[in-house]
Amino acid sequence: MLYSEKVMDHFRHPRNVGVLDQADGVGEVGNAKCGDIMKIYLKIDGDTVSDVKFETFGCGSAIASSSMATEMIKGKKLDQVMELTNKAVVEALDGLPAHKLHCSVLAEEAVKAALKDYYDKNGIAYDPSQFPHIDCAGCH
Amino acid sequence: MIYADNAATTKLSPVALQAMLPYLTEHYGNPSSLYTLGQRAAEALEEARKTVAQCLHCRPEEIYFTSGGSEADNQAIRSAARWGKMRGKTHIISTAFEHHAVLHTLAALEKEGFTVTLLDVGPEGRVTPQQVAQAITDETCLVTIMYANNEIGTIQPIGEIGKVCREKKVTFHTDAVQAVGHLAIDVGAEQIDMLSLSGHKFHGPKGVGALYVRKGVPLSPLIEGGAQERRKRAGTENVAGIVGLAAALKEACDHLDANAAKVTALRDKLIAGLAAIPHGALNGSREDRLPGNVSFCFEGIEGESLLLLLDDKGICASSGSACTSGSLDPSHVLLAIGRPHEVAHGSLRLSLCEENTEAEVDAMVRDIPQVVEYLRNMSPVWRDLQKGDRSYVIQ
Repeated sequence: MLYSEKVMDHFRHPRNVGVLDQADGVGEVGNAKCGDIMKIYLKIDGDTVSDVKFETFGCGSAIASSSMATEMIKGKKLDQVMELTNKAVVEALDGLPAHKLHCSVLAEEAVKAALKDYYDKNGIAYDPSQFPHIDCAGCH
Repeated sequence: MIYADNAATTKLSPVALQAMLPYLTEHYGNPSSLYTLGQRAAEALEEARKTVAQCLHCRPEEIYFTSGGSEADNQAIRSAARWGKMRGKTHIISTAFEHHAVLHTLAALEKEGFTVTLLDVGPEGRVTPQQVAQAITDETCLVTIMYANNEIGTIQPIGEIGKVCREKKVTFHTDAVQAVGHLAIDVGAEQIDMLSLSGHKFHGPKGVGALYVRKGVPLSPLIEGGAQERRKRAGTENVAGIVGLAAALKEACDHLDANAAKVTALRDKLIAGLAAIPHGALNGSREDRLPGNVSFCFEGIEGESLLLLLDDKGICASSGSACTSGSLDPSHVLLAIGRPHEVAHGSLRLSLCEENTEAEVDAMVRDIPQVVEYLRNMSPVWRDLQKGDRSYVIQ
């Protein structure tokens, strides 16, 4: 099979799908031309992600990667969220096919874009070098 | 399970299987061998050649068996290019939405110094004989245009294109992989010089195809190393495969009208049912269309996730999204008919055959809109479209 059981489980039963109307941070990465867009909504209480939702336009691994990424950051401290890597998402999904690895990169970037949005909106200082250059990973 | 991917491959017919079995068991001889066991295989080969020739309305000696449609396309194009170059003619005409077996061969020839004109196929995916006539120059050695498109099912005006090419004395090849066994083809009347076909598209086995080459048109081998196929295709023949191809083709041609009528009715019912999905559009011509082809684009979703969810419902289908092609771009066919990238990613192809039923069409008409809606509900693109932050491409 193309995908692991874990990927198919998250694809068939995605966790945290939807929108947070009162989100504290929103991140959107990818573009429709490439066939992948991920949007992450964060609710932040103090230094913790109290809720998270996502919307994804994309293939099975894009939906599974966003679902897994939201599970991995839900209830976590912001400094732990900053440590999320695409590699960790891939490992948690029991692997992705080589040509689908960019989906996990998008998931990491979407989470970080949402966090950056939260910092920007609240005038919280951060080290810009900690945030990846947000671009359409799928088109490279 | 509902198998709706007959343009990808078809189920082997029981008639073809029964015809093949003896050549996989007791009649295992090499057709090139002189003893009876070998000659028995050679006779089967020639019977198969006659059968294929009858279906295409040509002579048996104009049929060359190959490993499939891709090899036939490669050989036809390479051969015509070689013959052209010998006469100082290095211009080839084709279309933007051919199969990659054609397009990649043409790209390789461009690197070798050939000039290739790819005709625009327009929003419906059809070329006109006038376009072909206008593109032909004194340098043109080959026109290669598919009989019917594999993704969107449009049928090209092959007879009229053949007439133009014959008048201008330019070799005309057609990749008829999707058409043979489904449409009535007469290579003589349609003035076709070379035609490629593939066994597994009409309930024959995989790994076997054929190339028709009109008597008098030069043909050179791609594969050297033996005298098989009158020195045009070396390698011990796939006897069982060839026998199976011929049996399946005869069966398809014997029932062509009845099958076409049945499949067309199913197709039209499926198109009507899926047309109810908002912001979706049929790809290709409504009229000049293969009996079994249904192809849609749905805005706001991506094709691979659609296919995976349909698979969960037991529906086997196909898409032209980048994620299913293994490349970054969606289908070149959908781009060629003017679908923007973001819409082409949301494509769905269902290809029917005479074994599909009305109950299956009803199930697809019930399930597909649900899956499309489910995916749209988690799509940020769909949300933007609905909010008016992004404009619909398909109204």
